[in-house]
Amino acid sequence: MKKILTTPIKDEDLESLNVGDVVYLTGRLVTCRDVAHRRLIELNRELPVNLEGGAIFHAGPIVRKKDDGQFEMVSIGPTTSMRMEKFEKQFIERTGVKLIVGKGGMGPETAEGCQTHKAVHAVFPGGCAVLAATQVEEIEGAEWQDLGMPETLWVNRVREFGPLIISIDTKGNNLFEQNKARFNAKKGPVIERINSQVKFIK
Amino acid sequence: MDKEQAVQSLTDVMAKFTAYIGKRLPTDIKGKLAELQAAETNSLAKEVYASMSSNQEAADRLDRPSCQDTGVIQYFISAGAKFPLLGELEDILREATLEATRKGPLRHNAVETFDEKNTGTNTGSRVPWLDWEIIPDSDSAIIDVYMAGGGCTLPGSAKVLMPGQGYEGVTEFVFDVITSRGVNACPPLLVGVGVSTSVETAARLSKRAILRPIDSKHPNANAAKMEELLEEGLNEIGIGPQGLSGKASVMGVNIESSARHPSTIGVAVSTGCWAHRRGKIRINADLSYDVLSHEGVAL
Repeated sequence: MKKILTTPIKDEDLESLNVGDVVYLTGRLVTCRDVAHRRLIELNRELPVNLEGGAIFHAGPIVRKKDDGQFEMVSIGPTTSMRMEKFEKQFIERTGVKLIVGKGGMGPETAEGCQTHKAVHAVFPGGCAVLAATQVEEIEGAEWQDLGMPETLWVNRVREFGPLIISIDTKGNNLFEQNKARFNAKKGPVIERINSQVKFIK
Repeated sequence: MDKEQAVQSLTDVMAKFTAYIGKRLPTDIKGKLAELQAAETNSLAKEVYASMSSNQEAADRLDRPSCQDTGVIQYFISAGAKFPLLGELEDILREATLEATRKGPLRHNAVETFDEKNTGTNTGSRVPWLDWEIIPDSDSAIIDVYMAGGGCTLPGSAKVLMPGQGYEGVTEFVFDVITSRGVNACPPLLVGVGVSTSVETAARLSKRAILRPIDSKHPNANAAKMEELLEEGLNEIGIGPQGLSGKASVMGVNIESSARHPSTIGVAVSTGCWAHRRGKIRINADLSYDVLSHEGVAL
């Protein structure tokens, strides 16, 4: 059975989740990436959207303005979450956001923020932007449009948005850090074997 | 056809082709992904491959860009010295980018540096980016269109090694880049390696390498062997789709090289994500065209 989170998300919705679990989201999902993070944390500007118990998506979509002035979500996949590592811990603390969706892993600072404030980071499969767009029911708002299409805060109503693979849980586990440690441990012997066969300079 | 009509006609073809490659993957990439999906055994990885294939199917059905990041548009041009629109090509490709951005639609990905404003048109200073090679005696042009997305561009790296580090240093450099930054760049990746003299020559070759078909081989036997060793070795690490672990790490490794200065080994890595959006088209002297990267295309 599908595990579905609904906004507003409560601490107890997240406590039983472990890295590697797959969940889906129903409710409100707001795109929020580089400049929005910088504006809140570095420039101290208030976010135009309330994210208490909310979910953000590291994403910069393609949106089409229809003839009636409404926006249509064309294509919306995740962007590299690691770019937001510098700001995310403080972002979680300041906004009360509970679910951060993106691509690839995030670092120890975010993991610490997730553990302290009971939040999770999850991966939506990168590049699957049309699949994601079909799970957006409506664009309910568009804030900070001065930032251009990719960086605008698009407020989406989503239904069973996923798969979302939990990569950082509320207990301090970080799936990508675990994976990276495993990849690095395997690397040495492989490189050694290759290097015994590429001694072309003689 | 007079010159004005000719320019219009080629602009139209290139606009349509540019928009097209954002929606459908090239034949070689599709084939390789199907192969990797069939071989996968890890359950999370299988779920990701399933999302990838339903995404490509939805993009095709809804006629939309399959990934929201349609990149900075780059054209790699191998133009015959006698190609009739050689002097017009730069303007044609700029117009084609503007038109593809409207029609695609493509995401607005040109931010003027230092002004730090998105131009909103996908064009800007030196964007679309053009890379030229002139082919003597030819009257046709082969154009590779590439959507340089942010995620797959981020791992890009170049370095100049000392000869003492040898090809062993090249191996270590490739592995470091892929196992650190490559993990977040939407694997399985197509890895391009440039081996040359300096950073910019190696970097340009590494980009050219990911434009080559996935199963093509370097003509030099040692380089071809190194492509194979790196591919096998990286796959053994088992990065899997999206870096979540799995059977494979890469779709392939392509090396491009030049002669080098005896005192340096320039090495660079460029990566293409699984949604490797590139297209190759030949424009003949009479402006008829053949799409070389995608089978069964009607523009």
